[in-house]
Amino acid sequence: MSHTADPLDARAAQRAQSGRSRRLLPWLGLVPFLAFTAAFLLVPSVKLIVGSFQDAAGHFTLANYSDFGSKIVINAYQTSIEISLVTAIGAGVFGFLLAYAVISGGLPKPIRSAVLTFSGVASNFAGIPLALAFIFTIGRVGLLTVALKGLGIDPYKAGFNLYSKIGLELVYFYFQLPLMILVIAPAIDGLKREWREAAENLGASSIEFWRRVALPILMPSILGSVMLLFGNAFGAQATAYQLTGGLINLVTLLVGDKLSGDVLHEPGKGFALAVGMIAIMAIALAGYAILQRRAERWRRA
Amino acid sequence: MSRPFRIFWWLVFLVGAIYFFLPLIGTLAFSLKDKPITAGYTDLLKNKEFLSTFGYSFGVGLATIVISTALIVPTAFWVRLRLPRARPLVEFITLLPFMVPPVVLVFGLISTYSRPPLSLTGSDQGSTVLLVMAYVVLSLPYMYRAADTGLGAIDVRALTEAAQSLGAGWPTILLRVILPNVRVAVLSGAFLTLAIVIGEFTIAIFLARPAFAPFLGLLGDQDPYEQAAGALISFGMTWIAMIIISLLGRGSQTRISVGGAR
Repeated sequence: MSHTADPLDARAAQRAQSGRSRRLLPWLGLVPFLAFTAAFLLVPSVKLIVGSFQDAAGHFTLANYSDFGSKIVINAYQTSIEISLVTAIGAGVFGFLLAYAVISGGLPKPIRSAVLTFSGVASNFAGIPLALAFIFTIGRVGLLTVALKGLGIDPYKAGFNLYSKIGLELVYFYFQLPLMILVIAPAIDGLKREWREAAENLGASSIEFWRRVALPILMPSILGSVMLLFGNAFGAQATAYQLTGGLINLVTLLVGDKLSGDVLHEPGKGFALAVGMIAIMAIALAGYAILQRRAERWRRA
Repeated sequence: MSRPFRIFWWLVFLVGAIYFFLPLIGTLAFSLKDKPITAGYTDLLKNKEFLSTFGYSFGVGLATIVISTALIVPTAFWVRLRLPRARPLVEFITLLPFMVPPVVLVFGLISTYSRPPLSLTGSDQGSTVLLVMAYVVLSLPYMYRAADTGLGAIDVRALTEAAQSLGAGWPTILLRVILPNVRVAVLSGAFLTLAIVIGEFTIAIFLARPAFAPFLGLLGDQDPYEQAAGALISFGMTWIAMIIISLLGRGSQTRISVGGAR
């Protein structure tokens, strides 16, 4: 950058007493952004973290985290993690297949752009309307349930229940799959035709190509995407709230209970639960970021 | 691609298509079960609460977009022009909302702003302000990336210097030079924000706001057909927003979106 030809920098230089204030001056431009994010994102988050280590009188304590030994909290984290894992891995595998099918599977071109556009839309179908759509379709009197009953198959007698863990997982797939397609499509696009040709010229079979070339290249992208999907499901609240009315014990619902219940009297335990969520989300998203960076090595060339 | 493989890929596609369309068809069919057939829709449109909550959420969405644009565009502009070394920090902060789920964010906001001297949750206006601020936080990842992509496509430095040499001050540069040039990119972030805000439930309900999603969630107790119609209208809004985005951003990459109204 040339500083001399720059009117603002010239003015700044005149005003600046020393090199340091000259370097610091541009940071003033970030003050509104930093002040806003501090007030409405950082301070509230820090308040949760600090509060989770304080008792009602404000003294330091670890007692709030003793709740992590209680059955209901352990169970909530287990259920949330299980549902997030199942839907992340399931949607990871099927979303990859679906993305591969429309990008490199020899399906007609218009299908590819239709699927990618629809994924952009469907990854935003979530929360209340999504839960309702499944209730109207495969709830106890839903369209599909009634139709199946007409054929002599009662899904609810066969062990299916929309208002249970399996049902919730079925619903979560609706926003997990499109997200997988969106994040993995660039990686599949980046698989170069020459790599396959080179492998074939060297005598590799299709299976060998996948096992020794394509999958090792794609693996960081796939694993990273699965971690992103995990976080996506782990933080979800509205869908489960509408679908099960709190019958399923998820961490997000438990945090919500604490929030509407005893936030002003004994907030510490709720804070600790929330901090546990932030920690898990941080791990998932850091994993995604690291793996994503690894994956990009192949796309630069 | 050999033939058995192609059949396999078709099968994968069909399973996916059925899974994605059945719930939409189910909702549509349910919404038309009322008598007369369109009563679910006409009742909904006559429902005063529908109009007021939808209007409320729409207004909150617009306020969110205005504040978010006013905050993000100058910031992204400034980072590109003067502070490239602050980019990792700003990028990191704009991605933080992904790490803090909405239920945790609203928990933190209520704990921070429910006591004097900053007792925002005490009044309707205060709670609405807090709701808008929470939504601006949710919009940061989309808006920043949209604005930054837009700024990347123009020569920020040359435009700024040209404007300065013609005597323009910073407000003129931002409003009349930079903003028109990144309008398309910012609009795509704005429509995504609008779609997310109109469907958002968690933050709205904990702040006890008369928003659309909490209304829709409880509507089934009165009239399930109306509720189905409302769910479909909500999907329709998302469709429209996303179609506008894809029309705006033709040629550019589809943006990833996480952390909306799950």
